[in-house]
Amino acid sequence: MSAGPRKKLMYLNRRAPGGTIYAVEGLEVVLIGAAFDQDVCMAFVGDGVYQLKAGQDTSDSGVKNFSPAYRALGDYDVNRLYVERESLEERGLGVDDLMPLTWEDEDDDWAEKPSIHVVDRAELARLIDAQDVVFNF
Amino acid sequence: MGLQVNGKTLDTDEEGYLSNLSDWEPEVAQVMAEADECDLTENHWEVINFLRSYYEEYQIAPAVRVLTKAIGKKLGKDKGNSRYLYQLYPYGPAKQACKYAGLPKPTGCV
Amino acid sequence: MTVLHTVNKSPFEKDSLDTCIAHALDGSTVLLIEDGVYAATRGTVVEPRVRDAMQRMNFYVLANDCKARGLGEDTLIDGIGRVDYGGFVDLVTGHDSVQSWL
Repeated sequence: MSAGPRKKLMYLNRRAPGGTIYAVEGLEVVLIGAAFDQDVCMAFVGDGVYQLKAGQDTSDSGVKNFSPAYRALGDYDVNRLYVERESLEERGLGVDDLMPLTWEDEDDDWAEKPSIHVVDRAELARLIDAQDVVFNF
Repeated sequence: MGLQVNGKTLDTDEEGYLSNLSDWEPEVAQVMAEADECDLTENHWEVINFLRSYYEEYQIAPAVRVLTKAIGKKLGKDKGNSRYLYQLYPYGPAKQACKYAGLPKPTGCV
Repeated sequence: MTVLHTVNKSPFEKDSLDTCIAHALDGSTVLLIEDGVYAATRGTVVEPRVRDAMQRMNFYVLANDCKARGLGEDTLIDGIGRVDYGGFVDLVTGHDSVQSWL
């Protein structure tokens, strides 16, 4: 599957986890797309930051809780999750309110490293600009 | 479609995957394996149990690549390779073993 | 005549809550459900508008939808009531009509 150079791909998540199917479908695309061995990152903007909220528990709602699947992203070599600082602040959230997502660095004796990076809007704009393709969910 | 297990008929989809995760019991794997003429050994069960605990934790069935890596880490390098896993599950470790484990078809399998 | 207003959209993405607040009479009740519950959390840019509306109306959230989104009781604005599905039904039967701001 390594035809041509690796492309820089960003999955840009803008929707809350419930309410619509954007978040869960977007996550599915990321997991499927991980098979193609590209340079992948995810960004969480606006209500998208709620996808990473810790403590989601749908046991009283009759729907599936897919938030644990974000913890598997490291297994899929999706190691860079950019979360926009302004979006967190507008929602009264800090990085401590999010799930502590990590990945294991094979080249560093499987050391656990944080996947979430809080970046400000200007920096995220530069990151978006640097991608070959941005998938918007 | 349905699967006869212990006198009950369990719902399955058109490819034979269980419709309800909670219907699973070890006999489900036995019945499915018999239909495929596959003898379930301890090595088979190791993979099935691994998949079930992976699903329990992450709520997804892992892709083959992810399964292989994770098995290698948990059960050793001699088991964490596709040669070993395909010997156990010739129809594809993720696809066949996930089915026996009562999980949905792995994300990314078409 | 008392009206129960329900809002099921995120206040950050849609103007459903603002439109509801602007058109609900004093003394009516607003129940936040689904993504609408995000409006009930403290420290957001929406909080001042909700607090302002709470001077005139009674606010509730559906606790099941808060739990699903990881919003603990301790993160909610003081004075917003929490109801479960049974409480939702009680609110519906306790009002003359229901307006859903979709």
